[in-house]
Amino acid sequence: MAQTVIDTANHIVAYAAKAARVQVIAAYPITPQTSIVERIAELVESGEFSAEYIRVESEHSAMAACIGAAAAGVRTFTATAAHGLVLMHEALHWASGSRLPIVMPVVNRTLGPGWNIWADYTDSMSQRDTGWIQFYCADNQEVFDTIIQAYKLCENEQVLLPVMVCLEAFILSHTYMPVKIPDQEKIDDFLPSYKPKWFLDVDNPFSLANIVSPEYYMEFRYMMKEAMENAKQLIPEIDKEYGELCGFEHGGLIEKYKCEDADLILLTMGTMGTEAMVAVDNLRNEGLRVGTARVRVFRPFPKEEIRKLAETTQMFAMIDRGISFGMEGFLAEETKASLYDQKNQPLTAGFVAGLGGRDVTFKTIEKIAKKSSEWMRAGRVEKETVWVDLKE
Amino acid sequence: MVSIKELSKEEYLLKGHIACAGCGPAISLRLLFKALGKKVILVVPACCSSVIPGPYPFTSFAVPVQNILFEATGATASGIVAALRQREIRDVTVVGWAGDGGTFDIGIQALSGAAERETDFIYICYDNEAYGNTGVQRSGATPYGAWTTTTPTGKKERKKDMAFIMAAHRVPYVATACPSYPVDFIKKIRKAKEIRGTKFIHILAPCPTGWRYDTSKTVEMGRLAVRTGMWTLFEIENGKFKLNSPSDKLIDRTKRKPVREYLALQDRFRKLTEVDIEKIQKWVDEDWERYRKLASNQYV
Repeated sequence: MAQTVIDTANHIVAYAAKAARVQVIAAYPITPQTSIVERIAELVESGEFSAEYIRVESEHSAMAACIGAAAAGVRTFTATAAHGLVLMHEALHWASGSRLPIVMPVVNRTLGPGWNIWADYTDSMSQRDTGWIQFYCADNQEVFDTIIQAYKLCENEQVLLPVMVCLEAFILSHTYMPVKIPDQEKIDDFLPSYKPKWFLDVDNPFSLANIVSPEYYMEFRYMMKEAMENAKQLIPEIDKEYGELCGFEHGGLIEKYKCEDADLILLTMGTMGTEAMVAVDNLRNEGLRVGTARVRVFRPFPKEEIRKLAETTQMFAMIDRGISFGMEGFLAEETKASLYDQKNQPLTAGFVAGLGGRDVTFKTIEKIAKKSSEWMRAGRVEKETVWVDLKE
Repeated sequence: MVSIKELSKEEYLLKGHIACAGCGPAISLRLLFKALGKKVILVVPACCSSVIPGPYPFTSFAVPVQNILFEATGATASGIVAALRQREIRDVTVVGWAGDGGTFDIGIQALSGAAERETDFIYICYDNEAYGNTGVQRSGATPYGAWTTTTPTGKKERKKDMAFIMAAHRVPYVATACPSYPVDFIKKIRKAKEIRGTKFIHILAPCPTGWRYDTSKTVEMGRLAVRTGMWTLFEIENGKFKLNSPSDKLIDRTKRKPVREYLALQDRFRKLTEVDIEKIQKWVDEDWERYRKLASNQYV
């Protein structure tokens, strides 16, 4: 029987690592990820979880140890946040370039200075070009399910790229929610034990990641591009298969809510997506034909799905918990780039909200939607990017 | 006992490698492989040895190699050791093989962490006393007075005492070696293989390119380093200090050649003044006074 537990997303991450039968974990504590590694340590030391947990001395070493473990042929896991993630940056490239299926929950926390431990996407968004697949979760159930799905995805020989499973600091990491944990047998059916195609093997020696000249380098990177495309095909299939077996689906690449007849679609990510659903229901009661689409996977970016939505709507409002300084919000710029050669061009407006952990509730989103629909009716967007609730 | 004659004829450093002529690290690699055989996984950070095997799709190392980031050898080796344990593979030795930059400087944190976690592997620093791969820049291992491209008038600071830094981690085995003394070298590698926990071996690997001496003189340069006492062959086993031959016969100062003989053969020391040479001689003598005391009390 599936078991329902009420726990924080961080503890759920630890249970998911155990349910995925991870063999090696290398992690370094950082707020607000700490309760992941604390729970893992308890599970490992009590003997409930047979993984080996390497208590490394930095996040750079965490990723470097994961690279070694994965290359030696075992299912590998780490978790981090914020400054820890950006310290890993160099090793993130090495992991994806080595085509190693590592799964890493990232508890999204902004970056200093000044010190701030609260949520936004600055940390993971500044890693978007590292060749990692990126999921963004909306609730604790999705966190559990996505970690299991992530291993299925990244161990697929058509993919072999590492995966970040992003969850926002405190909004998810330390918040209790009920989560249905499927029977271990069902999880094992869905995710069999890891059988690597290649690994560091004394009977079949090869050199992993040695010097590669301009003559070959581009081909290796082209294969990574192809792998990302393959992931885009596989993610919805894997989500569906998991749903059939374990009960939950999360929208594949993008979760749509009341988009069919919507004049205005709010594009969101993570927990803002859940708040947006509440906002959509409230606004529809007021007669506004609005829907929301939550981008669940940011790499590979669901360009085709965005274009499809654009065919039937008049306007997109992109809400970003992050900013690329000198440009716009991440979701805003990628959405616009996806639409460039589209025939039907909906109006677009970008909204930057919730930086450094400032609350983004359904009320904030209603305000964004109302401003957007005002511009939509006028047929003109007055401001390319609005900083929501900014003290001026 | 190890003798050169009983060593395997098998070569694991294959023909076609692209090390410089007279490369001390390449001689060391050949000896390392001969000492350990094929059941080895090598972890190599950015260093000369990430270039020596040649570019993809070829390699001249006949054992599996994980090439890894400059500062990450200790950490990546930790991951491999854990994975082998999970896979119940017990007969494979994991060896970190890093240069002095990757050990003394950028990689010291990961090495320190791996040692503190009692990671079961051999870490070998092949020390050519500069960043050789990038064209001879100064490292924390470059000796006082030596020319490098970033110390054009000679380095103003002394070299770190890396072996003792590692001994302070209370690891079960620390040793120094030099490819000019191959039997001693192989003995130490094999001994390290039989010990559980972190083993640190510090090799002085003369580098004609960086030290500016004739490529035919590499073995001689290592011997002179030992005979002048600029390099000392010792082991620290479970905290117990022991000088090895021929260093054990050099405690008496009169048995050691003057450091001048070693320094004079290398162009990198060409700008040393008489005062500098005296200073270096004094430091070497002080080090030896420490070794003498340690050798008599035996504990570090």
